Amino acid sequence: MIDFELSPEALKAQERVRTICENVFRKISRKYDENEHSEMPELHELAEELKGEGGLRGGMNRDFLTNVIVTEELSWGDLGLTLAWPEGGLGNAAINAVATPEQKARFGKATASMAITEPGCGSDTSNITTTAKLDPETNEWIINGEKIFITGGKTYDNVVVWATLDRSLGRAAIKSFVVEKGAPGRELVKLEHKLGIRSSDTVAMVFNDCRIPYENILGSPEIKTRGGFKGAMATFDATRPGVAAMGIGVARAALDFTKETLEKEGITIPYDKGMHDLSAVQKAVLDMEAELEAARLLTWRAATMLNKGVRNSLEASMGKAKAGRMATLVTQRCVEILGPCGYSRDWLVEKWMRDCKITDIFEGTGQIQMLIIARQILGYTRAELK
Amino acid sequence: MADFSLNEEQKLIQETMREFAQEEFRKLAHESDESSTLQEDALEKVCALGIFSSSIPEEYGGHEMERSALNTIIMAEELAWGDLSIALGALSPLLMMTPILESGTEDQKKKWLPNFCGESFYASTAALMEPRVSFDPFALQTTAEERGGKAVLNGVKCMVPLADRARQILVYAKGASGMEAYIVDGDAAGLSVGEREKYMGLRALPLFTVTLKDCEVDLDRRVGGEKGIDYNRLLNLSRASLCAMAVGISRASHEYALEYAKERVAFGEPIAYRQSIAFMLAESAMEVDAMRLLAWRAAWKLDRGEDATRESTLAKRYCADQTMKVTDYGVQILGGHGYIREHPVERWFRNGRSFAALEGLAIA
Repeated sequence: MIDFELSPEALKAQERVRTICENVFRKISRKYDENEHSEMPELHELAEELKGEGGLRGGMNRDFLTNVIVTEELSWGDLGLTLAWPEGGLGNAAINAVATPEQKARFGKATASMAITEPGCGSDTSNITTTAKLDPETNEWIINGEKIFITGGKTYDNVVVWATLDRSLGRAAIKSFVVEKGAPGRELVKLEHKLGIRSSDTVAMVFNDCRIPYENILGSPEIKTRGGFKGAMATFDATRPGVAAMGIGVARAALDFTKETLEKEGITIPYDKGMHDLSAVQKAVLDMEAELEAARLLTWRAATMLNKGVRNSLEASMGKAKAGRMATLVTQRCVEILGPCGYSRDWLVEKWMRDCKITDIFEGTGQIQMLIIARQILGYTRAELK
Repeated sequence: MADFSLNEEQKLIQETMREFAQEEFRKLAHESDESSTLQEDALEKVCALGIFSSSIPEEYGGHEMERSALNTIIMAEELAWGDLSIALGALSPLLMMTPILESGTEDQKKKWLPNFCGESFYASTAALMEPRVSFDPFALQTTAEERGGKAVLNGVKCMVPLADRARQILVYAKGASGMEAYIVDGDAAGLSVGEREKYMGLRALPLFTVTLKDCEVDLDRRVGGEKGIDYNRLLNLSRASLCAMAVGISRASHEYALEYAKERVAFGEPIAYRQSIAFMLAESAMEVDAMRLLAWRAAWKLDRGEDATRESTLAKRYCADQTMKVTDYGVQILGGHGYIREHPVERWFRNGRSFAALEGLAIA
């Protein structure tokens, strides 16, 4: 039944996160943007404090829409800090989505990042060259290869690594493995310097004959030539609404701030005026609000489908494509509307513009999302629509 | 708990109306547009579906089903998908019926609502828009003045659907208490229906200029009596409905362009194999869904009796813009063929432009 009402649980979580954003995130937002890669004791203290409440994200049993709401709210506070949150990262989402109960018990408490991209492949994950070979003697996987752009690879303990069992078998042979902290042969080789989300580390890792237990493979080790890769890709259906929510959160931060600032200058945004009575700035703000709402509703829809266990690849990509693009444009526009002050590092708007750009890139660029949408609505294969 | 799927009743409405629009509206659309004629038959058939009487309580002759803006706009999307002009014409009785249901006095409900429960189409309409570039529904220039126990209406209205045959026209005017609505007989002294107007689109829909010159109306014809109407709510109900119709037009164009792009071969393969075409289709699909969700949310809020001014306004701006984009893509994907009137995309493109200008031409 069509219903736009959020659950009391979601509203409560949203309110709680809002106070955390105001009391902690916003206060350290600029500091860690300017001091990239430094320790952030405030985050760890906060995480400790929140343990009694079940943590900020409330564990893995929470419904997907609530997660989306919480993520939007956190990102409204600060996207970099959200991505550096001590409770874990994208790897945890992947583990939650596909792990067995035994694996959840083993890895559920540890924090985890995700390693997919390599120097030679980004969105074309089927070209992954990192290999995983089974050593039948010891029943261990041996991982070899280089991974880049690992969000939180320094902060988080474990890393979920995408590797191929057999390069000649293409996408079907790609599986994901949990490589725990301290695994021999796992090495952090580079800390990236980025446009935005600077408080979240992005690293490169090398795996050199890195041995991990057989039980660390996520999903089945069987290579299914048909549909095998879809298991790995299904993780994205679960995580893309969250990434979309990040873009929405940052865009809302910029838009809220722009509206408040304009109001101080005596400019309010009316919803009941004809177009001839609106200024260019008022029109721009109305359009941005509409774009933001559109992105949010598409994202909510994708999340509610996950809750129901309905396949949502199309809807998840729609939400992600819309939100990433919207956030990019909305934050740029807000900087523009606020003039020299918007461009100044005294305010956070310029930071939000830099921060949110990543939401149109990671977890599949906007263009990749369009490709996914197009293939689905046209019923085309990858060979037909390249 | 948030959810975005139709319930059983809504699925039934959607299915029935989609089939009806396919069977009845689609086959008439081209010829009606070319000849600027609205088939009376189509109006009667819509009426026969019972869509008017089902929203009216039993005590006024109806079938006592729950009235829902959401259900109405689900229907409106499908009918507009069939053809916008015929849909607007067929649903025009709502323009008088809904304000009376919403704000009418008991006497007004008793007097007027049974008309909509009959077997044949009750021609009635509303006059809201006014013919000037800077038209703003919040600043109407048509006035209502109380004089000698009557309301005296003065002003010029445009885009009044079916004004030539309407038994009554609901005239919106600025009165002492703000925006007011008067039920004026089609043949009332002081009300004159002008020449049929000519527009870029909506050609099958008879639209007229209506001039009110010292048009005297009994005070019991003021909707809501002393209390008047909730003008904002009526505008918002109208916007939700227009948004849904914009979704219908956009979806029609998108579906047609998608099928065409799969069949049309260029350089040895379907043009849909190319990202430049495929991405236009992907964007259209995404925007059609976004528009629909915005429209649904406005209607959902209105059904809860909440103020939906912000939601309706944002949805309307968004839907007007996106409809223009999606229907433009429709023409563009067909290329030269899209420009020829043998294909319907040019009609959806012309009709799509109307939403930016329209206010109050449909209501949920």
